[in-house]
Amino acid sequence: MSDVKVKKEKDPWFSPKNLSLLKKPFNIENPVTVQVLGICSALAVTVQMKPAIVMALSVTIVTAFSNLIIALIRDSIPSRIRIIVQLVVVAALVIIVDQILKAYVYDVSKKLSVFVGLIITNCILMGRLEAFAMANKPWPSFIDGIGNGLGYGIILVTVAFFRELLGSGKFYGMKVIPDAFYKAGYVDNGLMILPPMALMTIGIIIWIQRWKKPELQEKN
Amino acid sequence: MDNLFNLFVRSIFIDNMIFAYFLGMCSYLAVSKTVKTSLGLGVAVTFVLLITAPVNWLVDTYMLKAGALSWLSPQLADLDLSYLSFLIFIAVIAAMVQLVEMVVEKFSPSLYNALGIFLPLIAVNCAILGVALFVQEREYETIGEVTVYAVGSGIGWLLAIVSLAAIREKIRYSAVPKPLKGLGIAFILTGLMAIAFMSFMGIKI
Repeated sequence: MSDVKVKKEKDPWFSPKNLSLLKKPFNIENPVTVQVLGICSALAVTVQMKPAIVMALSVTIVTAFSNLIIALIRDSIPSRIRIIVQLVVVAALVIIVDQILKAYVYDVSKKLSVFVGLIITNCILMGRLEAFAMANKPWPSFIDGIGNGLGYGIILVTVAFFRELLGSGKFYGMKVIPDAFYKAGYVDNGLMILPPMALMTIGIIIWIQRWKKPELQEKN
Repeated sequence: MDNLFNLFVRSIFIDNMIFAYFLGMCSYLAVSKTVKTSLGLGVAVTFVLLITAPVNWLVDTYMLKAGALSWLSPQLADLDLSYLSFLIFIAVIAAMVQLVEMVVEKFSPSLYNALGIFLPLIAVNCAILGVALFVQEREYETIGEVTVYAVGSGIGWLLAIVSLAAIREKIRYSAVPKPLKGLGIAFILTGLMAIAFMSFMGIKI
């Protein structure tokens, strides 16, 4: 991360360095499975695909723009009150997102209920603001925000995909498991809809990722 | 009275912040390595909830709700400020955490030393804001209900983090598959604990 801080010459907008900021969160720096950020408000919205996708997009927008705004004003924030300033910026953005969701996708907004508000305390936001936006230029911060938001989104959507498919036999609200299966005795796994299986699914995703990438494994 | 007791038990076991809503997971996973520190954090969270939830409820009822400002002047009766609630709630929480930190430091240095490092962390703990938002959404009517719900949620959170820490202390000596070590197994343990907590579902007192 510090390699971006020291650069002096002007980079093109999509330099390899900036692109790697976008790619890393999908892989070795995933906010959920590696940095352990933002699990709080995430799992409860993963019963179906649609709310998960809306949530992922909302978080991406809020992370990107809060990173951008904080990076723009980072030099004029006194460090003693920076947490409050960050929270105010984030809360203002979340209010905008919440009002937009209420206006255009009311049913999803009802389903997400308090979890839209909880984006404010999503640790991804504070984590990225503290670790990246406070020390970097606006454009890389914006990219970092998008990357981390999408890296979080991909986990959310994966969990939602499995929970919806196995739990209610649907994909994005459409039945995909044919009736013949049910007639032959196939039963939806009701446990997948309940909260515990969200945790299990994440656990299994972490297992697979760390099995593929041994350098991420914990030593003790 | 029965109602309050029922709410208390419900908020600890059935609507558990961790096992049913996954709130406060970040600090839950980060701080649950030893029982002692997790106990400190749990107590701090309960304490802050006990203070912030009623304050947020008062702010919501007398300032933000539709028509809530009518006590100030009748012209304000049709004013609806509820879209500001996120901003106000998080400001109240951040301010209260700061205040609690200063008061505890002044009057009980030993408690301050025990909680010290965790107090500033709590402002961004999802469970605190979560309780404030749930109180708003479920429209609890009296301050008694709100306080009982907040304390119950705090105790539920404390119970969850202390039990996970106890299990993680023991599991250090077990042969966990390498890729699962640490974070992975913590998730699976939480999942198993959540399944156990589901057995409380439907209890009514």
